[in-house]
Amino acid sequence: MTESTKLPSGQTRINSLEMRNITKRFPGVLASDHVNFDVKSGEVHALLGENGAGKSTLMKILYGLYHPDEGEILLDGKPVTISSPTDSINLGIGMIHQHFMLVPTLTVAENVALGLPSSRGALTDLDRVSKRIIELANIYGLKIDPDAYVWQLSVGQQQRVEIIKALYRGAALLILDEPTAVLTPQEVDELFVIMRQMVKDGHALIFISHKLHEVVEICHRVTVLRNGRMIGTRPTSETTKQALANWMVGREVGFAPDRGTTTLGEVRLSLADVKCGSDRGTPGLRGVSFDVRSGEILGIAGVSGNGQRELAESITGLRKVTSGKVYLEGQDITNLPPGEITERMLSYIPEERMRDGMIKDFSIAENMVLREHHKQPYSRYGFLNLRGIATHADELIAKFRVKTPSRETMAKNLSGGNIQKVVLAREISRNPRVILAAQPTRGLDIGATEYVREQLIEQRNQGAAVMLVSEDLDEILALSDRIAVIYEGQVMDIVQRENATPEKLGLLMAGVHPEDAAPVVK
Amino acid sequence: MITELFSTTVLIGILASGIRLATPYLYAAIGETFSQKSGVLNLGVEGQMLLGCFAAFYVAFTTGNLWLGVLAAMIVGAVMGLAMAFVTVNLHAQQGISGIGFYLFGLGMSDLLFQRLMGTVETVKGFQKIYIPGLSDIPGIGEILFNQNILVYGAYLLVPIAWFVLNKTTLGLKIRAVGENPDAADSLGVSVAQVRYFTIILGGTLSGVAGASLSIALLNVFQQNMTSGLGFIAVALVYFGAWKPVGVLGGALLFSMVNSLQLWIQVLGIPVPSDIAVMMPYVLTILVLVATVSRVRAPSALTKPFERDE
Repeated sequence: MTESTKLPSGQTRINSLEMRNITKRFPGVLASDHVNFDVKSGEVHALLGENGAGKSTLMKILYGLYHPDEGEILLDGKPVTISSPTDSINLGIGMIHQHFMLVPTLTVAENVALGLPSSRGALTDLDRVSKRIIELANIYGLKIDPDAYVWQLSVGQQQRVEIIKALYRGAALLILDEPTAVLTPQEVDELFVIMRQMVKDGHALIFISHKLHEVVEICHRVTVLRNGRMIGTRPTSETTKQALANWMVGREVGFAPDRGTTTLGEVRLSLADVKCGSDRGTPGLRGVSFDVRSGEILGIAGVSGNGQRELAESITGLRKVTSGKVYLEGQDITNLPPGEITERMLSYIPEERMRDGMIKDFSIAENMVLREHHKQPYSRYGFLNLRGIATHADELIAKFRVKTPSRETMAKNLSGGNIQKVVLAREISRNPRVILAAQPTRGLDIGATEYVREQLIEQRNQGAAVMLVSEDLDEILALSDRIAVIYEGQVMDIVQRENATPEKLGLLMAGVHPEDAAPVVK
Repeated sequence: MITELFSTTVLIGILASGIRLATPYLYAAIGETFSQKSGVLNLGVEGQMLLGCFAAFYVAFTTGNLWLGVLAAMIVGAVMGLAMAFVTVNLHAQQGISGIGFYLFGLGMSDLLFQRLMGTVETVKGFQKIYIPGLSDIPGIGEILFNQNILVYGAYLLVPIAWFVLNKTTLGLKIRAVGENPDAADSLGVSVAQVRYFTIILGGTLSGVAGASLSIALLNVFQQNMTSGLGFIAVALVYFGAWKPVGVLGGALLFSMVNSLQLWIQVLGIPVPSDIAVMMPYVLTILVLVATVSRVRAPSALTKPFERDE
């Protein structure tokens, strides 16, 4: 049997790509330490590792963004030099970045054509580009309108644009950097269908993900990296989620944190038909009502941009509520200044921890007293009590196991996980009545994620009312006692954890009530 | 006396000089549109214009050749643009601050050169009105639109050219992409630095021409600080015009018409304090910007230096 060497897109396939002994040093860090990695036509090879394990470094080397200090890259057995993204594109390598590399104000066709020579010289040839996009879209089953503006597209559609962009440039090998992080479960399924088709057609795919069940589901082989070193490569059929997790972290890790026991208490936070606007002037919340009780975690599930930010900001006083009421322990706090809401012991772990959670150029000690700096023992008569601040910082650094050279280290020099620990320490150590956690583990590695989740459960078990906003369905399911699904600024439904399945939540997240959905034909 | 304002002759006069006075705004603001579209705020326009004013005037005055004057202004503007590009692209300077630096440099340098090389205010015979058979003879319209000098026509011609380059060429696509999401452009092999160098130098060159249009086509003299804030208004016009050449044209016309009106008010001796009259275009700048600022969205990467992550 002779296999065609051409892909359906007309490109020559890449039979094998091998990275040998790749070493990359940054000042003070060995980011990649003699790593070997290879991928073949017709397979999905997962690259697994915690933040800072060296996955991105390795892929940036393959894509020509970094240059290795040692090692070589072989394409179909022949050594190649990749010194820029242009080189890698010319070799048939494409990359789907975690943060989409799209220009929202341009159309799909313009995004695809960007940087490519035009068949009309200095003039654009968008009509021809559009035609080719439609061709490719038909071959690979990626429905897309070439004339739509990217800002009009859903996240899933934007990802398709990224895939088309790579295919248009003749990608035979695709690097997918955490492609499922921003998708609904249904969109993930659609992506997997596309990936399976591509693999069948002879493409080679590299799949980077934190989500172990996805790795096990879609990948043929998996390579684990830890601290810049390669731990090993195995067929996924010979491994399990638990084994992979332990391998990746280097110790036993628990997936579903032990939720312990809790007693449900009085209503601490209550929203009654809350409405507010969004930054774009459109309605942000269209009448949201729910209660959060002492001793429970209410999960807010939903696809990014459906009102989560507005919800958190309405409660914390950062956004004006246009109608409806917010009650904290029975008292009306609607549109109170954020400072007064804080005083009533509402703690907030913001989504953008680097922007809203701390001041990058302040020390850890200073960041830890941001909320309480005007009170004793951190200050008196308007003068800071540096000793009090220092003692407080040292205590919290020890208690929350923040990895830092000293309490005077500037926040911006910490890793994402440790920054979150600083925020968590500040917000939790004041024994809040209500905790509002927005995307508390986004971008954190497994170790830090585990820690943050344990702390939230600990707070719930001690009687705090916790509202958890997360786009990660696994997290919602692992932590919540009840789950509210938000869609276009409205709560679609609130379900008990026991009655929630990813499928049911996925439909709600897409704005469909499960009872209205057409029966699935299997 | 107010009624005099509404006589046909005066109205034609106001409109004709309004059309003419838009010239420096157009060159400078279209140039600035290019650099802002690529994500660079060049506040040094005023300084580039002043040096352009002087270079054009001095070269035209000493050689007697107006086109050499324009060329000199373009070169001076381009060199200023090159310096601005180096400071913003390579050194990642704060664009607002470095722009003010370039403005002050242009202000001081043009005055110094004037003192050293000329010393006294001179005049040149600038670009003359071009008579277009037929068109120039149309009553009213002819006087307003077709009785202008070559630099005025050039300025208006620049508007469709700029629109075409930005929207219909691969270069324009790159400029727009670099100003909105430089990371995306970079990941596709577009050199953010190259694009920005191009637009900043182009902006400088056009600012130079804007200066030349003042000193050898409209006013035909050189005086210290003769632009008196015109370059800053050009920057504001880019915001007003929502980063579109046609919008910039509208803004430039609005301001030059108001300017023309206040000049005529003074010429006719209408009893409005001249300070108030002179203030009008500037007050209008502020009002218009306040009114438009929330309506339009600037290029996302405007004023942000580009650097690859880690």
